[in-house]
Amino acid sequence: MGKALRNILLGFLACIIILPIIMVIFASLKSNYELARSLAPILSDTGGMIHWYIFPGYPTIQHFRKLLLETPQFFIVFWNSVKIVFFILAGQLVIAMPAAWGFARMKSRAARLLFMLYIILMLMPFQVTMLSSYLVLNKMHIINTHLAVILPAVFSTFPVFLIYRGFTNIPISIIEAAKVDGAGEFRIFIKIGIPMASSGIISAFVLGFLEYWNLVEQPLAFLKEKRLWPLSLYLPEIDLAQAGMAFAASVVTLLPAVFVFIMGQDYLEKGIIASAIKE
Amino acid sequence: MKRKVKSWLKEGKWIFFLPSITGVSIFILLPLADVIKRSFYTAVTGEFTGIDNYVELFQNQAFLLAVKNTLRFTGFCLPILLGLSFAVSIMLSRLKQVQLFKSVYLFPLAVPTATVVLIWKMFFLKQGIINSLLNQWGMNAVDFMGTKAAFWVLVFSYVWKNLGYTVILWLSGILSISDSLLEAARVDGANERQYIMRILLPNLKPTLYTITVLSFLNSFKVFREAYLVAGSYPHESMYLLQHLFNNWFTNLEFDKMAAGSVCIAIVLFLGIVLLQYLWDKKE
Repeated sequence: MGKALRNILLGFLACIIILPIIMVIFASLKSNYELARSLAPILSDTGGMIHWYIFPGYPTIQHFRKLLLETPQFFIVFWNSVKIVFFILAGQLVIAMPAAWGFARMKSRAARLLFMLYIILMLMPFQVTMLSSYLVLNKMHIINTHLAVILPAVFSTFPVFLIYRGFTNIPISIIEAAKVDGAGEFRIFIKIGIPMASSGIISAFVLGFLEYWNLVEQPLAFLKEKRLWPLSLYLPEIDLAQAGMAFAASVVTLLPAVFVFIMGQDYLEKGIIASAIKE
Repeated sequence: MKRKVKSWLKEGKWIFFLPSITGVSIFILLPLADVIKRSFYTAVTGEFTGIDNYVELFQNQAFLLAVKNTLRFTGFCLPILLGLSFAVSIMLSRLKQVQLFKSVYLFPLAVPTATVVLIWKMFFLKQGIINSLLNQWGMNAVDFMGTKAAFWVLVFSYVWKNLGYTVILWLSGILSISDSLLEAARVDGANERQYIMRILLPNLKPTLYTITVLSFLNSFKVFREAYLVAGSYPHESMYLLQHLFNNWFTNLEFDKMAAGSVCIAIVLFLGIVLLQYLWDKKE
Protein backbone atom coordinates (compact mmCIF):
# COMPACT_ATOMS: atom_id res chain seq x y z
CA MET A 1 0.00 0.00 0.00
CA GLY A 2 1.34 3.41 -0.95
CA LYS A 3 2.37 5.76 1.79
CA ALA A 4 0.16 8.55 0.47
CA LEU A 5 -2.89 6.33 0.32
CA ARG A 6 -2.27 5.16 3.86
CA ASN A 7 -1.97 8.68 5.20
CA ILE A 8 -5.13 9.73 3.39
CA LEU A 9 -7.04 6.79 4.84
CA LEU A 10 -5.84 7.49 8.37
CA GLY A 11 -6.56 11.20 8.01
CA PHE A 12 -10.03 10.56 6.60
CA LEU A 13 -10.85 8.30 9.52
CA ALA A 14 -9.58 10.91 11.96
CA CYS A 15 -11.90 13.48 10.33
CA ILE A 16 -14.94 11.21 10.63
CA ILE A 17 -14.16 10.65 14.27
CA ILE A 18 -13.57 14.25 15.22
CA LEU A 19 -16.11 15.99 12.95
CA PRO A 20 -19.21 15.43 15.12
CA ILE A 21 -17.48 16.94 18.13
CA ILE A 22 -16.36 20.00 16.21
CA MET A 23 -19.91 20.43 14.95
CA VAL A 24 -21.28 20.45 18.48
CA ILE A 25 -18.75 23.04 19.58
CA PHE A 26 -19.55 25.35 16.66
CA ALA A 27 -23.26 24.76 17.07
CA SER A 28 -23.06 26.02 20.64
CA LEU A 29 -21.89 29.37 19.23
CA LYS A 30 -24.79 29.78 16.82
CA SER A 31 -27.52 32.28 17.56
CA ASN A 32 -31.06 31.22 18.40
CA TYR A 33 -32.28 32.60 15.12
CA GLU A 34 -29.77 30.63 13.12
CA LEU A 35 -30.46 27.40 15.04
CA ALA A 36 -34.20 27.83 14.78
CA ARG A 37 -33.93 28.29 11.05
CA SER A 38 -31.69 25.28 10.48
CA LEU A 39 -33.63 23.02 12.79
CA ALA A 40 -37.09 24.12 11.67
CA PRO A 41 -37.80 20.89 9.75
CA ILE A 42 -37.14 18.83 12.88
CA LEU A 43 -38.98 21.11 15.25
CA SER A 44 -42.12 21.77 13.24
CA ASP A 45 -42.11 18.67 11.04
CA THR A 46 -42.87 20.68 7.92
CA GLY A 47 -41.37 18.00 5.73
CA GLY A 48 -38.13 19.65 4.60
CA MET A 49 -34.62 18.72 5.55
CA ILE A 50 -32.34 20.57 7.90
CA HIS A 51 -29.72 22.81 6.37
CA TRP A 52 -26.69 22.62 8.50
CA TYR A 53 -23.63 24.80 8.16
CA ILE A 54 -20.70 23.81 10.30
CA PHE A 55 -19.54 27.35 11.01
CA PRO A 56 -21.77 29.76 12.87
CA GLY A 57 -22.82 32.74 10.73
CA TYR A 58 -22.72 35.17 13.64
CA PRO A 59 -20.90 33.56 16.57
CA THR A 60 -22.35 34.39 19.96
CA ILE A 61 -21.83 33.22 23.52
CA GLN A 62 -25.42 33.97 24.50
CA HIS A 63 -26.20 30.31 25.29
CA PHE A 64 -23.25 29.97 27.60
CA ARG A 65 -24.24 33.20 29.35
CA LYS A 66 -27.77 32.00 29.77
CA LEU A 67 -26.72 28.53 30.87
CA LEU A 68 -24.09 29.61 33.36
CA LEU A 69 -25.76 32.73 34.73
CA GLU A 70 -29.48 32.17 34.43
CA THR A 71 -30.06 28.43 34.75
CA PRO A 72 -29.77 27.41 38.41
CA GLN A 73 -30.85 23.80 37.65
CA PHE A 74 -27.78 23.38 35.50
CA PHE A 75 -25.58 24.30 38.44
CA ILE A 76 -27.32 21.82 40.67
CA VAL A 77 -26.83 18.91 38.30
CA PHE A 78 -23.31 19.98 37.44
CA TRP A 79 -22.35 19.88 41.11
CA ASN A 80 -24.20 16.60 41.53
CA SER A 81 -21.90 15.12 38.91
CA VAL A 82 -18.80 16.64 40.45
CA LYS A 83 -19.78 15.42 43.89
CA ILE A 84 -20.55 11.88 42.73
CA VAL A 85 -17.33 11.52 40.74
CA PHE A 86 -15.20 13.06 43.48
CA PHE A 87 -16.48 10.81 46.24
CA ILE A 88 -16.33 7.67 44.12
CA LEU A 89 -12.71 8.30 43.17
CA ALA A 90 -11.74 9.34 46.71
CA GLY A 91 -13.39 6.20 48.06
CA GLN A 92 -11.59 4.03 45.53
CA LEU A 93 -8.31 5.60 46.60
CA VAL A 94 -8.89 4.45 50.17
CA ILE A 95 -10.44 1.06 49.37
CA ALA A 96 -9.12 -0.20 46.04
CA MET A 97 -5.50 0.85 46.38
CA PRO A 98 -4.76 -1.10 49.61
CA ALA A 99 -6.73 -4.05 48.26
CA ALA A 100 -4.60 -4.08 45.12
CA TRP A 101 -1.51 -4.04 47.33
CA GLY A 102 -2.82 -6.94 49.36
CA PHE A 103 -3.43 -9.00 46.24
CA ALA A 104 -0.04 -8.12 44.79
CA ARG A 105 1.73 -9.16 47.99
CA MET A 106 -0.17 -12.32 48.89
CA LYS A 107 0.75 -15.41 46.99
CA SER A 108 -1.46 -17.95 48.77
CA ARG A 109 -3.96 -20.04 46.85
CA ALA A 110 -6.85 -18.44 48.70
CA ALA A 111 -5.72 -14.97 47.63
CA ARG A 112 -5.38 -16.15 44.01
CA LEU A 113 -8.91 -17.53 44.04
CA LEU A 114 -10.27 -14.37 45.58
CA PHE A 115 -8.57 -12.30 42.91
CA MET A 116 -10.09 -14.50 40.22
CA LEU A 117 -13.47 -13.81 41.81
CA TYR A 118 -12.75 -10.06 41.62
CA ILE A 119 -12.03 -10.36 37.90
CA ILE A 120 -15.28 -12.18 37.28
CA LEU A 121 -17.24 -9.62 39.30
CA MET A 122 -15.59 -6.85 37.32
CA LEU A 123 -17.02 -8.37 34.16
CA MET A 124 -20.64 -8.60 35.37
CA PRO A 125 -22.93 -6.05 33.75
CA PHE A 126 -24.82 -3.75 36.08
CA GLN A 127 -28.21 -5.17 35.09
CA VAL A 128 -27.47 -8.60 36.55
CA THR A 129 -27.61 -7.38 40.14
CA MET A 130 -29.60 -4.20 39.60
CA LEU A 131 -32.70 -5.46 41.37
CA SER A 132 -31.00 -6.93 44.40
CA SER A 133 -28.65 -3.97 44.71
CA TYR A 134 -31.74 -1.82 44.85
CA LEU A 135 -33.16 -3.93 47.67
CA VAL A 136 -29.90 -3.87 49.61
CA LEU A 137 -29.56 -0.11 49.24
CA ASN A 138 -33.19 0.27 50.19
CA LYS A 139 -32.60 -1.69 53.39
CA MET A 140 -29.77 0.68 54.19
CA HIS A 141 -32.17 3.60 53.62
CA ILE A 142 -29.96 5.26 51.09
CA ILE A 143 -32.08 4.86 47.96
CA ASN A 144 -32.69 8.26 46.40
CA THR A 145 -29.52 9.72 47.90
CA HIS A 146 -26.17 10.15 46.21
CA LEU A 147 -24.74 7.51 48.51
CA ALA A 148 -26.73 4.88 46.60
CA VAL A 149 -24.68 5.68 43.51
CA ILE A 150 -21.40 6.38 45.26
CA LEU A 151 -21.06 3.42 47.66
CA PRO A 152 -21.43 0.51 45.22
CA ALA A 153 -19.07 2.25 42.78
CA VAL A 154 -16.44 2.71 45.48
CA PHE A 155 -16.28 -1.07 45.81
CA SER A 156 -16.03 -1.70 42.09
CA THR A 157 -13.33 -4.28 41.47
CA PHE A 158 -12.06 -2.78 38.21
CA PRO A 159 -9.66 -0.24 39.79
CA VAL A 160 -8.30 -2.98 42.06
CA PHE A 161 -7.40 -4.94 38.94
CA LEU A 162 -5.76 -1.96 37.21
CA ILE A 163 -3.74 -0.81 40.22
CA TYR A 164 -2.69 -4.38 41.01
CA ARG A 165 -0.77 -4.41 37.72
CA GLY A 166 1.38 -1.50 38.86
CA PHE A 167 2.17 -3.12 42.20
CA THR A 168 3.22 -6.46 40.72
CA ASN A 169 5.82 -4.68 38.58
CA ILE A 170 7.76 -3.54 41.65
CA PRO A 171 10.91 -5.68 41.93
CA ILE A 172 10.66 -7.95 44.96
CA SER A 173 14.28 -7.16 45.89
CA ILE A 174 13.37 -3.57 46.72
CA ILE A 175 10.59 -4.70 49.04
CA GLU A 176 12.87 -7.29 50.66
CA ALA A 177 15.53 -4.64 51.21
CA ALA A 178 13.03 -2.39 52.94
CA LYS A 179 11.96 -5.29 55.11
CA VAL A 180 15.52 -5.97 56.15
CA ASP A 181 15.79 -2.33 57.15
CA GLY A 182 12.90 -2.98 59.51
CA ALA A 183 10.05 -1.32 57.59
CA GLY A 184 6.59 -2.74 58.33
CA GLU A 185 4.16 -3.76 55.60
CA PHE A 186 2.18 -0.52 55.87
CA ARG A 187 5.29 1.60 55.66
CA ILE A 188 6.47 -0.30 52.59
CA PHE A 189 3.06 0.23 51.01
CA ILE A 190 3.13 4.00 51.60
CA LYS A 191 6.81 4.69 50.97
CA ILE A 192 7.58 2.27 48.17
CA GLY A 193 4.38 0.79 46.75
CA ILE A 194 2.42 3.95 46.03
CA PRO A 195 5.25 6.04 44.56
CA MET A 196 6.50 3.21 42.37
CA ALA A 197 3.07 2.27 41.06
CA SER A 198 1.87 5.86 40.70
CA SER A 199 1.39 5.73 36.94
CA GLY A 200 -0.87 2.69 37.23
CA ILE A 201 -2.82 4.37 40.00
CA ILE A 202 -3.29 7.58 38.03
CA SER A 203 -4.36 5.63 34.96
CA ALA A 204 -7.04 3.87 37.00
CA PHE A 205 -8.36 7.25 38.05
CA VAL A 206 -8.31 8.75 34.56
CA LEU A 207 -10.31 5.80 33.23
CA GLY A 208 -12.52 6.02 36.33
CA PHE A 209 -13.24 9.70 35.81
CA LEU A 210 -14.31 9.18 32.20
CA GLU A 211 -16.53 6.30 33.31
CA TYR A 212 -18.23 7.99 36.26
CA TRP A 213 -18.67 11.36 34.55
CA ASN A 214 -20.96 9.36 32.27
CA LEU A 215 -23.05 7.35 34.71
CA VAL A 216 -26.47 6.52 33.31
CA GLU A 217 -27.77 3.18 34.58
CA GLN A 218 -27.07 3.58 38.30
CA PRO A 219 -28.56 7.06 38.85
CA LEU A 220 -31.50 6.07 36.68
CA ALA A 221 -32.26 3.08 38.89
CA PHE A 222 -31.35 4.48 42.30
CA LEU A 223 -32.21 8.20 42.17
CA LYS A 224 -35.87 9.08 41.88
CA GLU A 225 -35.75 12.84 42.19
CA LYS A 226 -34.49 14.79 39.20
CA ARG A 227 -32.76 17.34 41.39
CA LEU A 228 -30.32 14.59 42.40
CA TRP A 229 -29.50 13.59 38.83
CA PRO A 230 -26.04 13.97 37.36
CA LEU A 231 -25.38 15.85 34.13
CA SER A 232 -25.38 12.69 32.07
CA LEU A 233 -29.09 12.18 32.77
CA TYR A 234 -30.09 15.84 32.79
CA LEU A 235 -28.61 16.72 29.42
CA PRO A 236 -30.82 14.56 27.21
CA GLU A 237 -33.81 16.16 28.94
CA ILE A 238 -33.13 19.48 27.22
CA ASP A 239 -34.99 19.02 23.95
CA LEU A 240 -34.03 20.38 20.57
CA ALA A 241 -36.49 23.25 20.94
CA GLN A 242 -33.83 24.72 23.18
CA ALA A 243 -31.05 23.61 20.89
CA GLY A 244 -28.67 26.42 21.85
CA MET A 245 -28.87 25.45 25.49
CA ALA A 246 -28.48 21.78 24.68
CA PHE A 247 -25.32 22.41 22.67
CA ALA A 248 -23.86 24.78 25.24
CA ALA A 249 -24.61 22.32 28.07
CA SER A 250 -22.96 19.57 26.03
CA VAL A 251 -19.83 21.62 25.60
CA VAL A 252 -19.70 22.45 29.31
CA THR A 253 -20.09 18.74 30.12
CA LEU A 254 -17.44 17.87 27.60
CA LEU A 255 -14.85 20.28 29.00
CA PRO A 256 -13.91 18.53 32.28
CA ALA A 257 -13.69 15.19 30.48
CA VAL A 258 -11.48 16.68 27.76
CA PHE A 259 -9.33 18.35 30.41
CA VAL A 260 -8.80 15.05 32.22
CA PHE A 261 -8.27 13.32 28.88
CA ILE A 262 -5.53 15.73 27.80
CA MET A 263 -3.81 15.87 31.18
CA GLY A 264 -3.96 12.12 31.62
CA GLN A 265 -3.37 11.01 28.04
CA ASP A 266 -0.14 9.11 28.74
CA TYR A 267 -1.63 7.49 31.81
CA LEU A 268 -4.80 6.69 29.93
CA GLU A 269 -2.82 4.72 27.39
CA LYS A 270 -0.93 2.92 30.13
CA GLY A 271 -4.20 2.13 31.85
CA ILE A 272 -5.73 0.73 28.69
CA ILE A 273 -2.71 -1.46 28.09
CA ALA A 274 -2.70 -2.57 31.74
CA SER A 275 -6.37 -3.51 31.48
CA ALA A 276 -5.41 -5.98 28.80
CA ILE A 277 -2.52 -7.90 30.25
CA LYS A 278 -3.85 -11.24 31.24
CA GLU A 279 -3.75 -12.52 34.77
CA MET B 1 -3.17 -25.93 59.12
CA LYS B 2 -3.89 -24.02 62.28
CA ARG B 3 -0.36 -22.73 62.45
CA LYS B 4 -0.53 -21.70 58.85
CA VAL B 5 -3.65 -19.64 59.48
CA LYS B 6 -2.04 -18.11 62.54
CA SER B 7 1.07 -17.00 60.71
CA TRP B 8 -1.10 -15.76 57.90
CA LEU B 9 -3.07 -13.63 60.32
CA LYS B 10 0.05 -12.42 62.07
CA GLU B 11 1.67 -11.28 58.87
CA GLY B 12 -1.17 -8.81 58.54
CA LYS B 13 -1.26 -8.42 54.77
CA TRP B 14 -4.91 -9.42 54.74
CA ILE B 15 -5.79 -6.18 56.49
CA PHE B 16 -5.13 -4.42 53.19
CA PHE B 17 -8.03 -6.01 51.44
CA LEU B 18 -10.36 -6.40 54.36
CA PRO B 19 -12.25 -3.11 53.69
CA SER B 20 -12.56 -3.97 50.02
CA ILE B 21 -13.82 -7.48 50.65
CA THR B 22 -16.35 -6.24 53.18
CA GLY B 23 -17.73 -3.74 50.70
CA VAL B 24 -17.67 -6.17 47.80
CA SER B 25 -19.57 -8.70 49.94
CA ILE B 26 -22.25 -6.18 50.85
CA PHE B 27 -22.65 -4.42 47.52
CA ILE B 28 -21.91 -7.16 45.00
CA LEU B 29 -21.87 -10.67 46.48
CA LEU B 30 -24.92 -10.24 48.70
CA PRO B 31 -27.05 -8.90 45.82
CA LEU B 32 -25.74 -11.70 43.60
CA ALA B 33 -26.74 -14.35 46.15
CA ASP B 34 -30.11 -12.67 46.53
CA VAL B 35 -30.67 -12.77 42.76
CA ILE B 36 -29.92 -16.50 42.68
CA LYS B 37 -32.35 -17.13 45.52
CA ARG B 38 -35.07 -15.03 43.95
CA SER B 39 -34.82 -16.85 40.67
CA PHE B 40 -36.43 -19.87 42.39
CA TYR B 41 -39.28 -17.98 44.09
CA THR B 42 -42.37 -16.15 42.88
CA ALA B 43 -42.13 -12.38 42.73
CA VAL B 44 -45.14 -11.36 44.76
CA THR B 45 -45.95 -14.14 47.23
CA GLY B 46 -42.38 -15.38 47.64
CA GLU B 47 -43.29 -19.05 47.27
CA PHE B 48 -40.73 -21.58 46.13
CA THR B 49 -41.44 -22.51 42.52
CA GLY B 50 -38.44 -24.58 41.48
CA ILE B 51 -37.43 -23.86 37.91
CA ASP B 52 -40.77 -22.35 36.87
CA ASN B 53 -39.25 -18.91 36.46
CA TYR B 54 -36.66 -20.30 34.07
CA VAL B 55 -39.26 -22.16 32.06
CA GLU B 56 -41.35 -19.01 31.79
CA LEU B 57 -38.27 -17.00 30.87
CA PHE B 58 -37.49 -19.13 27.85
CA GLN B 59 -41.06 -18.86 26.62
CA ASN B 60 -41.05 -15.08 27.00
CA GLN B 61 -41.11 -13.39 23.56
CA ALA B 62 -39.47 -10.19 24.78
CA PHE B 63 -36.62 -12.15 26.32
CA LEU B 64 -36.03 -14.16 23.18
CA LEU B 65 -36.07 -11.02 21.06
CA ALA B 66 -33.63 -9.25 23.38
CA VAL B 67 -31.28 -12.26 23.44
CA LYS B 68 -31.40 -12.46 19.65
CA ASN B 69 -30.69 -8.75 19.25
CA THR B 70 -27.91 -8.73 21.80
CA LEU B 71 -26.22 -11.73 20.16
CA ARG B 72 -26.70 -10.20 16.74
CA PHE B 73 -25.29 -6.91 17.95
CA THR B 74 -22.17 -8.53 19.41
CA GLY B 75 -21.91 -10.77 16.36
CA PHE B 76 -21.67 -7.78 14.06
CA CYS B 77 -19.89 -5.18 16.12
CA LEU B 78 -17.06 -7.33 17.47
CA PRO B 79 -15.68 -8.48 14.08
CA ILE B 80 -16.15 -4.99 12.60
CA LEU B 81 -14.39 -3.30 15.49
CA LEU B 82 -11.61 -5.88 15.71
CA GLY B 83 -10.98 -5.91 11.96
CA LEU B 84 -11.06 -2.15 11.49
CA SER B 85 -8.90 -1.43 14.51
CA PHE B 86 -6.38 -4.07 13.43
CA ALA B 87 -6.08 -2.52 9.96
CA VAL B 88 -5.70 0.94 11.47
CA SER B 89 -3.06 -0.16 13.95
CA ILE B 90 -1.01 -1.88 11.24
CA MET B 91 -1.06 1.34 9.26
CA LEU B 92 -0.21 3.35 12.36
CA SER B 93 2.65 1.04 13.33
CA ARG B 94 4.47 2.16 10.18
CA LEU B 95 4.12 5.85 10.97
CA LYS B 96 6.57 7.86 12.97
CA GLN B 97 4.15 10.49 14.22
CA VAL B 98 1.51 8.28 15.77
CA GLN B 99 0.74 10.38 18.82
CA LEU B 100 -1.62 12.82 17.12
CA PHE B 101 -3.58 10.03 15.45
CA LYS B 102 -3.80 8.06 18.67
CA SER B 103 -5.14 11.11 20.50
CA VAL B 104 -7.76 11.79 17.87
CA TYR B 105 -8.90 8.17 17.71
CA LEU B 106 -9.10 7.97 21.49
CA PHE B 107 -11.00 11.21 21.83
CA PRO B 108 -14.54 9.77 21.65
CA LEU B 109 -13.76 8.01 24.92
CA ALA B 110 -13.84 11.43 26.57
CA VAL B 111 -17.08 12.52 24.92
CA PRO B 112 -19.94 12.17 27.41
CA THR B 113 -22.80 9.95 26.34
CA ALA B 114 -25.23 12.84 26.53
CA THR B 115 -23.20 14.74 23.94
CA VAL B 116 -23.03 11.68 21.74
CA VAL B 117 -26.79 11.47 21.91
CA LEU B 118 -27.19 15.05 20.73
CA ILE B 119 -24.88 14.34 17.81
CA TRP B 120 -26.86 11.22 16.94
CA LYS B 121 -30.06 13.19 16.79
CA MET B 122 -28.55 15.79 14.49
CA PHE B 123 -27.21 13.22 12.10
CA PHE B 124 -29.71 10.41 12.15
CA LEU B 125 -33.13 11.95 12.62
CA LYS B 126 -35.47 11.61 9.66
CA GLN B 127 -34.82 15.23 8.69
CA GLY B 128 -31.23 15.10 9.92
CA ILE B 129 -27.92 15.89 8.30
CA ILE B 130 -27.32 12.53 6.65
CA ASN B 131 -30.72 12.46 5.03
CA SER B 132 -30.28 16.04 3.99
CA LEU B 133 -27.09 15.02 2.17
CA LEU B 134 -28.70 11.91 0.68
CA ASN B 135 -31.47 14.14 -0.59
CA GLN B 136 -29.08 16.55 -2.24
CA TRP B 137 -27.41 13.66 -4.00
CA GLY B 138 -30.79 12.52 -5.26
CA MET B 139 -31.19 9.49 -3.01
CA ASN B 140 -34.12 8.53 -0.84
CA ALA B 141 -34.11 9.50 2.81
CA VAL B 142 -33.82 6.73 5.37
CA ASP B 143 -35.71 6.70 8.65
CA PHE B 144 -32.70 5.70 10.71
CA MET B 145 -34.30 5.57 14.11
CA GLY B 146 -37.62 4.01 13.16
CA THR B 147 -36.49 1.10 10.98
CA LYS B 148 -33.95 -1.67 11.02
CA ALA B 149 -31.31 0.94 10.28
CA ALA B 150 -31.45 1.77 14.01
CA PHE B 151 -29.41 -1.35 14.64
CA TRP B 152 -26.63 -0.12 12.38
CA VAL B 153 -26.63 3.29 13.97
CA LEU B 154 -25.94 1.49 17.23
CA VAL B 155 -23.12 -0.54 15.68
CA PHE B 156 -21.62 2.62 14.20
CA SER B 157 -21.80 4.38 17.53
CA TYR B 158 -20.06 1.49 19.25
CA VAL B 159 -17.23 1.37 16.72
CA TRP B 160 -16.83 5.15 16.83
CA LYS B 161 -16.51 5.15 20.59
CA ASN B 162 -14.22 2.12 20.99
CA LEU B 163 -11.92 2.31 17.97
CA GLY B 164 -9.19 4.26 19.75
CA TYR B 165 -9.20 2.02 22.81
CA THR B 166 -8.82 -1.07 20.66
CA VAL B 167 -6.18 0.48 18.40
CA ILE B 168 -4.06 1.24 21.49
CA LEU B 169 -4.33 -2.39 22.56
CA TRP B 170 -3.38 -3.73 19.12
CA LEU B 171 -0.50 -1.28 18.86
CA SER B 172 0.94 -2.32 22.18
CA GLY B 173 0.77 -5.92 20.97
CA ILE B 174 2.33 -5.16 17.58
CA LEU B 175 5.13 -3.08 19.09
CA SER B 176 5.95 -5.85 21.55
CA ILE B 177 6.85 -8.20 18.69
CA SER B 178 10.58 -7.94 18.39
CA ASP B 179 12.14 -6.10 15.49
CA SER B 180 14.42 -9.04 14.77
CA LEU B 181 11.42 -11.11 13.67
CA LEU B 182 10.42 -8.30 11.35
CA GLU B 183 13.95 -8.06 10.02
CA ALA B 184 14.19 -11.79 9.49
CA ALA B 185 10.96 -11.78 7.53
CA ARG B 186 12.20 -8.91 5.38
CA VAL B 187 15.52 -10.64 4.70
CA ASP B 188 13.65 -13.77 3.69
CA GLY B 189 11.73 -11.66 1.21
CA ALA B 190 8.29 -11.92 2.80
CA ASN B 191 5.72 -9.61 1.27
CA GLU B 192 3.19 -7.53 3.17
CA ARG B 193 0.50 -10.18 3.20
CA GLN B 194 2.80 -12.98 4.30
CA TYR B 195 4.21 -10.74 6.99
CA ILE B 196 0.75 -10.03 8.42
CA MET B 197 -0.60 -13.56 8.09
CA ARG B 198 2.46 -15.56 9.08
CA ILE B 199 4.18 -13.35 11.63
CA LEU B 200 1.91 -10.69 13.07
CA LEU B 201 -1.31 -12.64 13.54
CA PRO B 202 0.12 -15.79 15.16
CA ASN B 203 2.12 -13.66 17.58
CA LEU B 204 -0.88 -11.50 18.41
CA LYS B 205 -3.14 -14.30 19.57
CA PRO B 206 -2.94 -13.40 23.28
CA THR B 207 -3.70 -9.78 22.37
CA LEU B 208 -6.68 -10.93 20.33
CA TYR B 209 -8.16 -12.74 23.32
CA THR B 210 -7.86 -9.77 25.64
CA ILE B 211 -9.24 -7.39 23.05
CA THR B 212 -12.18 -9.71 22.51
CA VAL B 213 -13.03 -9.80 26.21
CA LEU B 214 -12.69 -6.05 26.68
CA SER B 215 -14.61 -5.18 23.51
CA PHE B 216 -17.34 -7.56 24.57
CA LEU B 217 -17.57 -5.84 27.94
CA ASN B 218 -17.64 -2.41 26.37
CA SER B 219 -20.41 -3.59 24.08
CA PHE B 220 -22.74 -3.63 27.12
CA LYS B 221 -22.25 0.09 27.41
CA VAL B 222 -24.00 0.97 24.14
CA PHE B 223 -27.16 0.69 26.16
CA ARG B 224 -26.46 4.18 27.43
CA GLU B 225 -26.62 5.70 23.98
CA ALA B 226 -29.52 3.52 22.89
CA TYR B 227 -31.52 4.37 25.99
CA LEU B 228 -30.88 8.09 25.94
CA VAL B 229 -31.73 8.39 22.25
CA ALA B 230 -34.72 6.12 22.01
CA GLY B 231 -35.96 5.54 25.57
CA SER B 232 -37.26 2.32 27.08
CA TYR B 233 -38.90 1.02 23.91
CA PRO B 234 -36.68 1.72 20.89
CA HIS B 235 -37.18 0.19 17.46
CA GLU B 236 -37.36 -3.55 17.99
CA SER B 237 -34.13 -4.19 16.08
CA MET B 238 -32.19 -2.52 18.88
CA TYR B 239 -34.17 -3.77 21.84
CA LEU B 240 -31.32 -5.19 23.92
CA LEU B 241 -31.22 -7.28 27.07
CA GLN B 242 -30.46 -4.12 29.02
CA HIS B 243 -33.69 -2.53 27.81
CA LEU B 244 -35.62 -5.59 28.84
CA PHE B 245 -34.05 -5.69 32.30
CA ASN B 246 -34.72 -2.02 32.79
CA ASN B 247 -38.36 -2.52 31.85
CA TRP B 248 -38.73 -5.55 34.08
CA PHE B 249 -37.22 -3.50 36.87
CA THR B 250 -39.71 -0.68 36.34
CA ASN B 251 -42.63 -3.11 36.09
CA LEU B 252 -41.52 -5.05 39.17
CA GLU B 253 -41.31 -8.36 37.29
CA PHE B 254 -38.65 -9.60 39.65
CA ASP B 255 -39.05 -13.33 39.08
CA LYS B 256 -38.21 -13.30 35.38
CA MET B 257 -35.56 -10.71 35.98
CA ALA B 258 -33.79 -12.84 38.57
CA ALA B 259 -33.89 -15.92 36.36
CA GLY B 260 -32.59 -13.88 33.43
CA SER B 261 -29.76 -12.46 35.55
CA VAL B 262 -28.65 -15.91 36.62
CA CYS B 263 -28.62 -17.10 33.00
CA ILE B 264 -26.52 -14.12 31.90
CA ALA B 265 -24.15 -14.58 34.82
CA ILE B 266 -23.69 -18.26 33.96
CA VAL B 267 -23.09 -17.54 30.28
CA LEU B 268 -20.54 -14.84 31.12
CA PHE B 269 -18.83 -17.04 33.66
CA LEU B 270 -18.53 -19.91 31.19
CA GLY B 271 -17.31 -17.52 28.51
CA ILE B 272 -14.57 -16.18 30.74
CA VAL B 273 -13.47 -19.64 31.83
CA LEU B 274 -13.41 -20.80 28.22
CA LEU B 275 -11.34 -17.81 27.11
CA GLN B 276 -8.98 -18.25 30.03
CA TYR B 277 -8.57 -21.91 29.04
CA LEU B 278 -7.85 -21.02 25.40
CA TRP B 279 -5.37 -18.42 26.58
CA ASP B 280 -3.45 -20.84 28.74
CA LYS B 281 -3.40 -23.42 26.00
CA LYS B 282 -1.93 -21.05 23.45
CA GLU B 283 0.87 -19.80 25.62
